[in-house]
Amino acid sequence: MTGFLELDNLVKRFDSVLAVDAVSLSLERGEMLALLGPSGSGKTTTLRLLAGFESPDSGRVIVDGDDVTRVEPVARRFGMVFQHYALFPHLDVGQNVAFGLESAGVRGEELRGRVARALQLVDLAGFERRRVGQLSGGQQQRVALARALAPEPRVLLLDEPLSNLDPTLRERTRRETRDLIRRLGITTLLVTHEQDEAFDLGDRVAVLRRGRLEQVGTPDELYGAPANLFVGGFVGRSSTLDVTVLELSGRLARIAVHGAEWTVDTPPGRALPLPGDAVMLVRPESLRMLAPEPGAISAVVVARRFVGPHALFTLKTESGRTFETVGLPDAAHIGEMVGVLPGRRAEGGIHLFQGDRP
Amino acid sequence: MTGSTRAQLTAGGLLLLLVWLVVYPIVLVLLQGLHGPEGWSLRFVRLFLERPTEWQALWGSLWISLASVVLAAALGLPLAWLFARYDFPGARVLGAVVALPAVLPPLVGVLAFLFLYGETGFVSLAVQWMLGLSDAPWRLEGAGAVLLVHAYSMYVYFYLFVRAALASLDSSLLEAAASLGAGRWRSFRRIVLPQLYPAIGGAALLTFMTSLGSFSAPYIFGGGFRVMTTQIVATRLNGDNELAMVETISLTLLALAALAVLRGTHAPDAPAAGRKGTAPARVVVTNRGVRLGLAALAWSLAGLLLLPHLTLLLVSFVPAGTWTIEPTPPVYTLRNYVTLLQDPVRARPLANSLWLATAATLAAVTVALAAGIVSVRRRVWGGRVLESLLGLPWAVPGTVFAIAIAATFSVDAPWAGRFILVGTIWILPLAYLVRNLPITSRAILAGLRGLDPSLDEAAASLGAGHWRTLRRVTLPLLRPALLAGASLAFVTAFGDFVTSIMLYTYDTRPVSLEILSSLRQSDVGVAAAYGVVLMLVSSVVFAVGAERGSAG
Repeated sequence: MTGFLELDNLVKRFDSVLAVDAVSLSLERGEMLALLGPSGSGKTTTLRLLAGFESPDSGRVIVDGDDVTRVEPVARRFGMVFQHYALFPHLDVGQNVAFGLESAGVRGEELRGRVARALQLVDLAGFERRRVGQLSGGQQQRVALARALAPEPRVLLLDEPLSNLDPTLRERTRRETRDLIRRLGITTLLVTHEQDEAFDLGDRVAVLRRGRLEQVGTPDELYGAPANLFVGGFVGRSSTLDVTVLELSGRLARIAVHGAEWTVDTPPGRALPLPGDAVMLVRPESLRMLAPEPGAISAVVVARRFVGPHALFTLKTESGRTFETVGLPDAAHIGEMVGVLPGRRAEGGIHLFQGDRP
Repeated sequence: MTGSTRAQLTAGGLLLLLVWLVVYPIVLVLLQGLHGPEGWSLRFVRLFLERPTEWQALWGSLWISLASVVLAAALGLPLAWLFARYDFPGARVLGAVVALPAVLPPLVGVLAFLFLYGETGFVSLAVQWMLGLSDAPWRLEGAGAVLLVHAYSMYVYFYLFVRAALASLDSSLLEAAASLGAGRWRSFRRIVLPQLYPAIGGAALLTFMTSLGSFSAPYIFGGGFRVMTTQIVATRLNGDNELAMVETISLTLLALAALAVLRGTHAPDAPAAGRKGTAPARVVVTNRGVRLGLAALAWSLAGLLLLPHLTLLLVSFVPAGTWTIEPTPPVYTLRNYVTLLQDPVRARPLANSLWLATAATLAAVTVALAAGIVSVRRRVWGGRVLESLLGLPWAVPGTVFAIAIAATFSVDAPWAGRFILVGTIWILPLAYLVRNLPITSRAILAGLRGLDPSLDEAAASLGAGHWRTLRRVTLPLLRPALLAGASLAFVTAFGDFVTSIMLYTYDTRPVSLEILSSLRQSDVGVAAAYGVVLMLVSSVVFAVGAERGSAG
């Protein structure tokens, strides 16, 4: 145990559902970790276990060597930004931000000063007397952040902090939030179901699924070396194709895929499936389209989606499987027969998994 | 001790308190009805079953309640539709006036009807004079009179409930129906009506239960017409205690059966759709003729509905003994009001009712708030039971509770949880408290359910303990619900007659009983003045409840 914040083997069961299944995580002081997962994956429960709103059936939460598992939320000194902000509607902005400081006994001039400083941090200086209802969504989010930060908590918890904002506002707010937390150096755990948010805010990202940790790593690691098919599919765009592994030599695998035979270079660090049936996960940018030729998968273009400098093509093999690749917008037209080969720089974009898990 | 243990202990304590105050008295009544001087016996049950008058009373209670529901609906539903859907001159003011029967406590309403339609009432005399009759054109007595008062005072439930439901209707649903080719009638029947079922069902249930427990109207106007509430009081005054207990049981059973049946016909909770959209715009009546016709109709209706209030006010200015044979009072003074305030004997009931109602309201709010917090917010074990116990007195007619409480607290047996409170100043606040629990807790529980639970969690994460969270977050946000619950409870207790008539002492006599005795002494001016005071206090309290409530 060396981290500043340790989640040690946390288990939480609701009736018969195992919401959090033996989750262990370790955060360095000042680190930002994003918990990423689909809805129902247990990420919010994990956050609530940390905050103390739920208590785990087993396992421990340790902050700075201090076991807080049975400590009431009131005494944990964890700041939290709620999904819908939970700003007190009957208090003004200043009173909201002062709330936690008053709990800690801060009064008078010092209180005013610290409220003003917290609001300044989120670029809302002078907003003390505004009513919460008069603020825009982005401003409310920043007040919630200021309120959580004002008492200088040991740990900051963010529950889907940007999900209630307009897409246009979201990116800017995300950047500002990240810069602020970096500057303060506060250890932060955030929960999100959006990969962009997790990748942008988290130094590391932990992927949860059905209460279990699937993989913890930097965004590059998750994208370039997913631990399993679920992580590979959940993070970034990808398609899967059934393959047969014919022969292995080192990191190179010779596979039969929809009437073609390819040799693919797989990333190091994970065991390759044994020869036999397997599933191949491919990123769209790791394939290339050309005229039909021997050795290439022959497929027909069934859809084309324009996304600016390039286009996403949906292709269909003769046996009816669809998959995606990218190309220049004019690379092919709908209905055209094409051949597909691994890209020239396909490393990190093609992964083989034993076909046992969906 | 952790917070959750403390919450669980509070819940346990409240559970005991409610079992003692709500369940125990009713169980005791049941036992006493089955227990003669020589031990267990069904003698009184048999006696009850053999007497035709008992069956008459039970049947009377049932049919008058059903008829009240039908009449109140027939009045309230069209009014709700009219004011929710149409806009015409004065619609806003009239929409409020139509709800005004609610500010008349039952006995005061009865009093006003007596002054209007009684043998020497204004309307009766006017009709007599116009038709040149030698006697009053009708007698305000029997089932018809009771029904008239019920319909007048209870259509408000249908009006308010259904109007609110119509206002929360999502107009996009109607537009969707229209775009799918549904005509007016079809979209009313298939879209509007189903969304109104919960409101109509709720109003019907409330009207039925209120009529079943109604005491003032049958007591004053009943004449030979028997209902169970008045029968119980008569039997008890006769000294037939055990028989009174059996009668009490029969009325309770009738109430519970009705509750079960009417709950069954309740549509399930209204679908969540339709909460977000905007209400359909009111139809602005543009045709000049129709516009004038509607306005004239509405204004004369309002006049009719306000007649009782105005009559009360008028009579309250008439000094005793000055008005004998003239069609309208010859003299008007403020003397009755001066008497009310200056004569210590006359002022006492006002002071009594004020403190009794205040004490009962504070107690009810405290109990309901504590129970609501442990049940809704802390989700303790047994929270559901706690909530049902809070609502239980609603299913039991007021007379029944009065009898039950009188029976329970007239014996000194501390080990059995029974103390002599009858005859002390404590019995009335206690009875009002129990009667007030359902309305108060309904408002407070709904308020608590409407609060975002993450506000509590936010306060906790900011280091605020339970007390600070309660004081700084929960209570301020709950203020509208607290005020609504408290104002309803206060108004009910302040005008109470049913419970009081069974339990009052001379020193704690409330206004309602003073009205009755003034009436018996033919001191109609003073009785009316008391009525006006009750009416005004009720209006002010309601207005404050609504005003403050919506401002928060």
